[in-house]
Amino acid sequence: MGRYLVRRLINYIILLFVAISLAYLLAATALNPRALYEVRNPPLPPASIEASLRQYNLSDKVPILERYWIWLKGVLFHWNWGYSPTGIPVGPEVARRIGVSTRLLVLGTFIGIISGVAAGAWSAVRQYGVRDRVLTVISLILLSTPTFVSATILIILATDFNNSTGIPFFEFTGETGQQGTEPLAWLWDRLQHLLLPTLVLVMVNFPFFVRIQRNLMLDSLGADYVRTARAKGLRKERAVMKHALRTSLIPTGTYFAFSVATLFTGAAFTETIFSFNGLGQYGVTTISGNDVNGTVAVTAFSGVCVLVGAMLSDVMVAILDPRVRLS
Amino acid sequence: MSTDTTDRSTATAAPRKQRRTTEGTVLTVRDLNVTFPSEAGPVKAVRGLNFDLAAGETMAIVGESGSGKSVSSYAMMGLLPQNARITGSVKLHGDEILNLDDARMSRIRGRELAIIFQDPLSALTPVYSIGDQIVEAIRTHDKSVPKAKAMNRAVELLDLVGIPNPQVRVRSFPHEFSGGMRQRAMIAMAIANDPDVIIADEPTTALDVTIQAQVLEVLKTAQRETGAAMIMITHDLGVVAGIADRVTVMYAGRPVEQGSVDEIFYAPRMPYTIGLLGAVPRLDASEKQPLASLEGNPPSVVNLPPGCPFAPRCPMHQPDCLTAEPPLVPTDRPAHTAACIYSDTIATRELGYADIFPVPDLRPSSLEQAPRESRPTVLELQDLHRHYPLMKGAIFRRRVGTVYAVDGIDLEIRKGETLGLVGESGCGKSTTLLEVLQLKPPTEGNVVVLGKDVREIRSGAERRELRRDLQVVFQDPMASLDPRLPVFDIIAEPMTVQKMDKQAVEKRVRELMALVGLEPSHADRYPQHFSGGQRQRIGIARALALEPKLLVLDEPVSALDVSIQAGVINLLDELKTRLGLSYLFVAHDLSVVRHIADRVAVMYLGKLVEVGDVDRVFDHPTHPYTQALLSAIPLPDPEKERSRQRILLTGDLPSPANPPSGCKFRTRCPKFQTLSESQQQLCIDTPPDLFDLGVPDHRSACHYNAELQVI
Repeated sequence: MGRYLVRRLINYIILLFVAISLAYLLAATALNPRALYEVRNPPLPPASIEASLRQYNLSDKVPILERYWIWLKGVLFHWNWGYSPTGIPVGPEVARRIGVSTRLLVLGTFIGIISGVAAGAWSAVRQYGVRDRVLTVISLILLSTPTFVSATILIILATDFNNSTGIPFFEFTGETGQQGTEPLAWLWDRLQHLLLPTLVLVMVNFPFFVRIQRNLMLDSLGADYVRTARAKGLRKERAVMKHALRTSLIPTGTYFAFSVATLFTGAAFTETIFSFNGLGQYGVTTISGNDVNGTVAVTAFSGVCVLVGAMLSDVMVAILDPRVRLS
Repeated sequence: MSTDTTDRSTATAAPRKQRRTTEGTVLTVRDLNVTFPSEAGPVKAVRGLNFDLAAGETMAIVGESGSGKSVSSYAMMGLLPQNARITGSVKLHGDEILNLDDARMSRIRGRELAIIFQDPLSALTPVYSIGDQIVEAIRTHDKSVPKAKAMNRAVELLDLVGIPNPQVRVRSFPHEFSGGMRQRAMIAMAIANDPDVIIADEPTTALDVTIQAQVLEVLKTAQRETGAAMIMITHDLGVVAGIADRVTVMYAGRPVEQGSVDEIFYAPRMPYTIGLLGAVPRLDASEKQPLASLEGNPPSVVNLPPGCPFAPRCPMHQPDCLTAEPPLVPTDRPAHTAACIYSDTIATRELGYADIFPVPDLRPSSLEQAPRESRPTVLELQDLHRHYPLMKGAIFRRRVGTVYAVDGIDLEIRKGETLGLVGESGCGKSTTLLEVLQLKPPTEGNVVVLGKDVREIRSGAERRELRRDLQVVFQDPMASLDPRLPVFDIIAEPMTVQKMDKQAVEKRVRELMALVGLEPSHADRYPQHFSGGQRQRIGIARALALEPKLLVLDEPVSALDVSIQAGVINLLDELKTRLGLSYLFVAHDLSVVRHIADRVAVMYLGKLVEVGDVDRVFDHPTHPYTQALLSAIPLPDPEKERSRQRILLTGDLPSPANPPSGCKFRTRCPKFQTLSESQQQLCIDTPPDLFDLGVPDHRSACHYNAELQVI
């Protein structure tokens, strides 16, 4: 199994390098940092614009491959991911935002996925029962509600609650706010700020995984080997838990891993609405702000996430499915 | 193999559990009824099943699909879905077990009552090792057994069921086992707790005949070792004859005849049983007899009309058959019951199937009376090879080997002749057939269809022209008809492709439907409105649409029930005579081949091992593989079965990617074992050719040809 994973890893790293290089070439051709300087009022002398752009390796007068080479050397030898058109180093900015995004997303995503898988499996066993139907309707409603709608509704409800009770229980701007003086007040403050965005993320992930897991579970519930397990003398619940659930988790493992991969860039709405200055939001700003190096850095990071996700999925499938382990 | 399992079994003398019933009746079923709700009304799947099963006895439940035989076994096991309504009584050791709650039933399942399912490929959980699954069966009922000890017992059990190298194989996962080995593992699991009753639900239906013979032998061993009683559910009357002590015949959810195996086979008293026995093609019949054809289909068990459910298909039926359903009553013979009000008439007049059922008059066509040599050749395969590259790698694909699917075969079919191509799955019969149908040059060698060399076909138009004369009927009548096309369009399609005139097409479709025994007014119905046998007739009508000269039949009856199968075989026989067709008939059922074919070619790992006149080959087989294949087929004749010595092949078919050197069969050859080392060398070094045997039309590819009677 070790060799299998190492082989996959090498494959992924090559793929990642190609993807990031293409992202750089694409961003450097499509984005135009010079425009940022040219619209200044009063206008800057062209020579000084050119000088600034060259300083940050952003000048379109330099051949693109040369810029790429300078950028690549910087990344490989100095771990320097370049500068924004205004001269801010991209690397530390991305690193800071990864922290913000992680704090925001991990909780909500994992709660959503795990509860979704559990509820999906639970409802498959009760197919066509009242509880199954109710859950199906709830997940379909959640699935068809866009994030910005559900987030906004939550904010409205939270504001109403705060106003009517007079206690500012729900917080929905930024990561931190006013803190009390009691011990662990900082933690309480952060949790308060996390509550609503986490709820939104659960509402995104939960219904998706309910639907997937329910269908997969239904497939394996009807499988002959579950019947064999019961024929051996296992009780129904145990036969389902031991034989149906595990086989039905194999495909879910892949979905799970890839939803981890798109975690960071996919949450731009949530970040923007709740004013978390995270990576998704940064990705949007860098593109609209003609920030070549910033865009590439975000792409590179999401590439790494996909890689990690794919590796995770390989490992998970290998753990769950002996057919992969052996070949 | 049977001998070494008995030797080994002494090692498996595990602490025999105290049986609650050692003599007399162990399982009693009274008035068992199973009803499923459905939108069309209640489906009465089982109606009034009664039987007693004595300790150590084997009872067979025989019936066609939908007769309720599997449903009754699941009802006994408590494994039916919750919406099933089950009434009656099932008593194990005198205790009622029907409708027990899951907790109490789980203590019985697997410990006192075990079941072996039909499809071994899907019956084992893919993510757990074989050993873990057997250990689970043991420890579910006795937590006090330590894991290591249970694992040792699993090894013993795998040894008992004839899995080679069980210490290693116990850690294998199901996908590393072949179908036959998985079924052995299922049997090991079923006997793990020394059950009192084993239910075997079509345990060999999904397996090849040679593997079927092995598995049946293992079942007998398992039963001998445990002393368990067995319920054998099957549609194969040959299997019944070989294994059962008593037989229950089911039809439309009801038992219609019960008795000892000899009674049922030699003195059947119910027309359905008689027809069923007459509908089976016989491997041991050298004289070609037409098969009894049971017209029509089993009735739907929703809203059954009053009266005998078999009456609409029974040529003997009288008006009083339709008034009330006849009960199962004693016949003229002891311990033999039948549900027919005319069973006495059958007994006194000694009616056989030919007296009751219409049998078609089979006269050889004028063509067949002409000597074979004077007839033109319609298909010729010359040293046909088809190799497939074995590729590996996702991005950089590289060739890592070759699959020798077909590895040099010569065959010819003359006009008006049927050639049966037989062999185990994976032997290359389907590939051969595809090569013929493709009309493209093979890897090596050549195909000549109706005098036309496929290497000389230059254009698609030319190929399409040739396809008129070469048509195919597929195995699965459900999958080979487009469910969204009405039957008219399905049958008309070949003619539309060949751009025939619209009015001519319409006339022709009606003609064809009548020809294959379908009602022409049903042309606007869809395939799902037809039963399996009728769908196969649609497939045949489509194949005949363009008046072909050669019909390629790929297992055309293997998906059909016995009584339906007989009708289709009779139809094929009749069409051949009437239309002067030639058939290339691919099948794994040698009884069917014996019945329908004039010549037979036996294939093993891409090569022909024996070719010749069908009676000659079946009565005087000279190749050890043909002998083993023939000896593996169970005969629907209990007396013959009891005295028959089986040649059991060991193991499975080797991979065609890595065939043995010299004679490809030597790794499984029983004769090879008996040869001296110097004699064996010839088999290892030299691939045998098809040697002439000195009799007309019989050749065999064995260095040590010798005739052996096996039927």
